[in-house]
Amino acid sequence: MRDFEYEAPTSLGAALAVLAKGNARALAGGTDLIDQVRLGRHSPDVIVDVKKLPELNGIQHDTSGLRLGAAVPLYKVYGHCGICSDYSALADSARIIGGIQIQSRASIGGNICNAGPAADSTPSVIALGGVCVIAGPNGTREVPAEAFCVGPGKSVLQAGEILVEIKFPARVAHSGSHYRRFIPRNEMDIAVVGVGASVVLADCRQKFVSARLALGAVGPTPILAQAAGDSLAGQPVNEVTIAKAGELARSVAKPIDDMRGTAEYRLHLVGVLTQRVLNAAVARARGEKIDNVPGH
Amino acid sequence: MSTATKPKYKVIGTRPIRHDGADKATGRAKYGADIKLTGMLYAAMLRSPHAHAIIKSIDTSKAEKLPGVRAVVTGADLPEQGDRIVELGEGAVNMRHLSSNVLARGKVNYKGHAIAAVAADNIHIAEEACKLIEVQYEVLAPVMDVVEAMQPTSPVINSDVKDDSGKPTNVAKTYLFEKGDLAKGFAEADLVIEKEFRTATVHQGYIEPHNATVFWNADGKVTVWMSTQGTFTARQQTAELHRIPISDVKVVPMEIGGGFGGKISVYLPPVAAALSKKTGKPVKLVMDRAAVFEATGPTPGSSMKVKIGVKKDGTLVAGDAWVAFEAGGYPGSPVGMGCMCVFACYDIPNARVQGFDVCVNRPRTNAYRAPGSTQVAFAVETIVDELCEKLGIDPIEFRLKNGAQEGVRRVDGPVFPRIGMKETVQAIKDSPHWKTPLTGKHRGRGVATGFWFNCGLKSAASATVNPDGTVSLLEGSTDIGGSRASISMQLAETLGIRAEDVKPSVVDTDSVGYTDVTGGSRVTFATGIAAIEAAKDIIGQLKERAAIIWECEAAQVKYEDGSVIGPKGKKLTFKELADKLHHTGGAVIGRGTSSEATQGGAFGTHAVDVEVDMDTGKVSILRYTIAQDAGTAIHPSYVEGQFTGGVVQGIGWALNEEYWYDASGSMKNATYLDYRIPTCYDVPTVETIIVEVPDPQHPYGVRGVGEVPIVPPPAAIANAIYNATGVRMADLPMSPPRLMKAILSK
Repeated sequence: MRDFEYEAPTSLGAALAVLAKGNARALAGGTDLIDQVRLGRHSPDVIVDVKKLPELNGIQHDTSGLRLGAAVPLYKVYGHCGICSDYSALADSARIIGGIQIQSRASIGGNICNAGPAADSTPSVIALGGVCVIAGPNGTREVPAEAFCVGPGKSVLQAGEILVEIKFPARVAHSGSHYRRFIPRNEMDIAVVGVGASVVLADCRQKFVSARLALGAVGPTPILAQAAGDSLAGQPVNEVTIAKAGELARSVAKPIDDMRGTAEYRLHLVGVLTQRVLNAAVARARGEKIDNVPGH
Repeated sequence: MSTATKPKYKVIGTRPIRHDGADKATGRAKYGADIKLTGMLYAAMLRSPHAHAIIKSIDTSKAEKLPGVRAVVTGADLPEQGDRIVELGEGAVNMRHLSSNVLARGKVNYKGHAIAAVAADNIHIAEEACKLIEVQYEVLAPVMDVVEAMQPTSPVINSDVKDDSGKPTNVAKTYLFEKGDLAKGFAEADLVIEKEFRTATVHQGYIEPHNATVFWNADGKVTVWMSTQGTFTARQQTAELHRIPISDVKVVPMEIGGGFGGKISVYLPPVAAALSKKTGKPVKLVMDRAAVFEATGPTPGSSMKVKIGVKKDGTLVAGDAWVAFEAGGYPGSPVGMGCMCVFACYDIPNARVQGFDVCVNRPRTNAYRAPGSTQVAFAVETIVDELCEKLGIDPIEFRLKNGAQEGVRRVDGPVFPRIGMKETVQAIKDSPHWKTPLTGKHRGRGVATGFWFNCGLKSAASATVNPDGTVSLLEGSTDIGGSRASISMQLAETLGIRAEDVKPSVVDTDSVGYTDVTGGSRVTFATGIAAIEAAKDIIGQLKERAAIIWECEAAQVKYEDGSVIGPKGKKLTFKELADKLHHTGGAVIGRGTSSEATQGGAFGTHAVDVEVDMDTGKVSILRYTIAQDAGTAIHPSYVEGQFTGGVVQGIGWALNEEYWYDASGSMKNATYLDYRIPTCYDVPTVETIIVEVPDPQHPYGVRGVGEVPIVPPPAAIANAIYNATGVRMADLPMSPPRLMKAILSK
């Protein structure tokens, strides 16, 4: 491992100044970055610790929605009552990333910036309509979560830019969300396929008003399955409409064969998980309690 | 649970706290990587990025010039070995192959093959220097598959491995065992099933990586600190690879974080020794996890064809097995042992077994817990299950009818002495698990039996009586599974003292007599015998000391129940006499060895309940029971621990573990994230049944217990999956993608 400088600025301005020097990488929890530096995948000259930046470490939840600081550790995400009730998919994701040590360090923002195709929180952020707020030398810009990742390990972040927070719209009545992944073991594993969904039901709770579905580990980036979600709008909640959404989700998945599963198997799982996740999101929209089932 | 009425032992069968417990529980125990010496240098290795390539040149000049670098070594720094074959404790080894495996000579045979090593002031400099070493390769086509490697058209990996006609080949060795009349046997059969099987390469998955710290002194004497399953074989391998006398090398055993057969062959000590020789300083070399996966010895993947014939009444009449194992980059897979195990659980009158040791561009394989037996049991035990199903015979009754017992001859020749195969089957039949009906959708139950030889080999021990009535025991068996306790308990039982009054130490190669590896399930058996012999030696000397005190003949003194008893009712307890040794001639030191004793073999029968998610192919283990013959369980907790550990490793082998290679022969899952050993969330509490059919070859009836528990799990789980889904799996691992595909194509 090559020597590098470590900086821990306490203001966003100072952080941007350090990042502007070039060949720098931001460290939130560091749970991906430290391994990548150790394995030589990145050789930064400067590592900028963003845990001390107030703008990146807050959770603001009110009638206008949720603003989640990019460096907020996962344990605070699933420990937040508002997030658990109104953004359940996000809490589902936070609960299954790593064990307690990882959850004490790692953040949703870091998970998105790492831009892993199998990231467990990105499908939830996409399904919940998250928008990424990015600060850089030229000011602030906003990018919808589904457009943030552009390839394995690659995002829209330009040199000198930093993800500050993720904004989510306020939860509406009769809505629910869920994230689930398939792993061969029951814990401590990486998603073979992950699916996040949020649904809004009509007052009668028998019809979809709208739905958003996002898929992980079946393409170079997490994928918004727009057509699959749109197909449910105005449709009754039943096996046929949910199975059809599963079929449409399969049609946008572009999985590969690797050590975690075959492309054929992953396509099959997209259909299975989409149905399971939609059913759970519907149940939550109806006020039912859905427990986390790890690994399934 | 015990099935035999045992003699009344005082120590054996109890559960004292292990002697090394405090150190292990508090983290104070010193493992290989914990060693720190004054002036120590840190070393890193350059490993091959290619699975198969000729090394055209190595230029180390830039690395040597990096500030902080003290020495660089390559294969050229180890002496030539010629065509020497050397007996290294667990079989004969071609020294040129061993040396080339430690540091490549002219050719790399697998990705991760060691090419060069750098010693520097710190590990970061050493790693950076490795990147500056320039190697030119001529990349060759990798040969990854065992069946393809056997084809005459396949590229040959080792030009010095030749067939009978002198032509280079990947088939390094063939085996043939025959018994009875095969054609006649199959002609008598009413039902014959023949199937092909594949199993993947799997790793032992010990937590502690390989390590070695070596100091080559100015007088030519070499000291090695390392974790190893065998200090004496490590000493011999290090000495032979440097062509120096074995007495010039001392191996100091550190605590070992798992081995399972993988820490017998040396990888690092000869390299660290070469670096220390060049620098005059101690050099420490520790593998990272990727190197452990890519460059140590996993157990081979296999291709097998097995055919078994039975009569309508369930009588086994014939069996035919064709077994090919991937040896890896150099010859030496355990296929011979697999061939001896394949039909060992049964009384089978007509049989043939053919075996093939085949080189492929994967790491050179090594022993893993009952090496070779798990693969063949997967084939035979799943066919047996299918035969039982088709004949409508209960699989338990089939095993009770056809199971091996005393007097039955194995296909490879030996006749079984008293063994407990059927007793383990009966114990499962009588178990709460088997008697509880399984209910629920997509759930199934399976059963399978397994065999392992266990070995004797050589051990030595010495024991000194302390004035306070305790005994300091010196032994050479590195303690992997609680053997300090099980050996001390046998010494204590023989002397009639408490286990807590024995202080065991595992010592270096200069401090105890020759002791073979901690492997072959032999330590509690053979080092136990050495300790018993040492205790008997102490008893003989104590009688003499008592005779001096009592002014009588030693022959008039008896030793009973921890006391010497003399004429006219004179009596001294062990402790009382210990206090008088300084006045009767000084220290009493007992010595013991074991070299002739062999073991009778161990059997286990397992039952498992699974539930299969029919939409994803994921298998959940609901309940697991193991019944195994331990002969006599010295420390039942550690016997149960071995049972459970073997089962858990077997579950991993069955369901998820495999080396996953891309087309270039590069392993893509050399991490514990993607090489999926089970976590505690993936296995239930294993129910253990200790069956005790004492082995007459041991004074207390011990049978080794460490290895056979890994043998039945893949077969038992495959049988349970069939019972749950109607799908018969013939490939390991039975991972979700594979099982889902089988379910969908049913």
